[in-house]
Amino acid sequence: MSTLSADLASTKVDAASTHDGHDDHHDTSGDTVFGFWLYLMTDCLLFASFFATYAVLFMNTAGGVSGKDIFELDFVAVETAALLLSSITFGFAMIAAQGQKKALTLTWLLVTFCLGAVFIAMEIYEFHHLIVNGHGPQTSAFLSSFFALVGLHGLHVTAGLIWMTIMMIEVARRGLGKATVTRLSCLSLFWHFLDIVWICVFTVVYLMGAM
Amino acid sequence: MNQETHHDESHGTVKSYLIGFVLSVILTAIPFYMVMGGDFSKITTVWTIITLGIIQIWVHLKYFLHLNFITEDGRANTFSFLFSALVIIMVVGLSVWIIYESNAMMMHF
Repeated sequence: MSTLSADLASTKVDAASTHDGHDDHHDTSGDTVFGFWLYLMTDCLLFASFFATYAVLFMNTAGGVSGKDIFELDFVAVETAALLLSSITFGFAMIAAQGQKKALTLTWLLVTFCLGAVFIAMEIYEFHHLIVNGHGPQTSAFLSSFFALVGLHGLHVTAGLIWMTIMMIEVARRGLGKATVTRLSCLSLFWHFLDIVWICVFTVVYLMGAM
Repeated sequence: MNQETHHDESHGTVKSYLIGFVLSVILTAIPFYMVMGGDFSKITTVWTIITLGIIQIWVHLKYFLHLNFITEDGRANTFSFLFSALVIIMVVGLSVWIIYESNAMMMHF
């Protein structure tokens, strides 16, 4: 019951700040987004240590396959295209959200979600393909670090997809209140950040590995 | 007008997203083409894809994440990013350097 009334109260606040246009009281949404940005910077360090591990271990193939044998660049190019496209469609969703266009925001979020799902589906297919061919993460230090690094990015994208589903439900049910737009801004940072990590992954792991 | 510019800096416009997207497509296509075609020497290819990768990261930071030195939020984000980048270069760069050097010493013992 108390949760419900708290929910109602926050909805009222949302509605009030939307109608005001300019809010008189101090605006903390910038602080929230900045705090989320700082979290992303620490996430950067996590990815950086996984990259360092990969850089150290990638030559240790234990007599098994190396990157040259297993990476299929045309497949990776399609994955990259899906993620890159999803970045711009999320950008359009943010522009629609700032313009208070609910239906358009939901449409672009759905398009972004589908592109992200294509990326994850392809990655799962790639991992499955490697494992059934006997190139699982237990085979060599190279494959362990490869699965860890690419898998960590994949887990982040999966978390992003779950978050996006929740945001789509929130936008559909509550509209584009101030708090909702702030949450969407955080998700937008998360999504674009993952795209930057993918640039490093395809450059360092796939392109340099396939040469 | 000033307000308008600030708004664009921190949120982006359809135009800025499109510019960023077109640049990233070009900066992604060139490295893939170079490696898949294999027409260039290995050293040229490695340095080109690293350089283009760094440029593409900059493009994403500017056009998608709206890092800038103009708005207050943009500055705070940019400086925290630069600090993280410094830490990463030290942690990753120096670790890799140390480990590769020690590896080389073991090999040529």
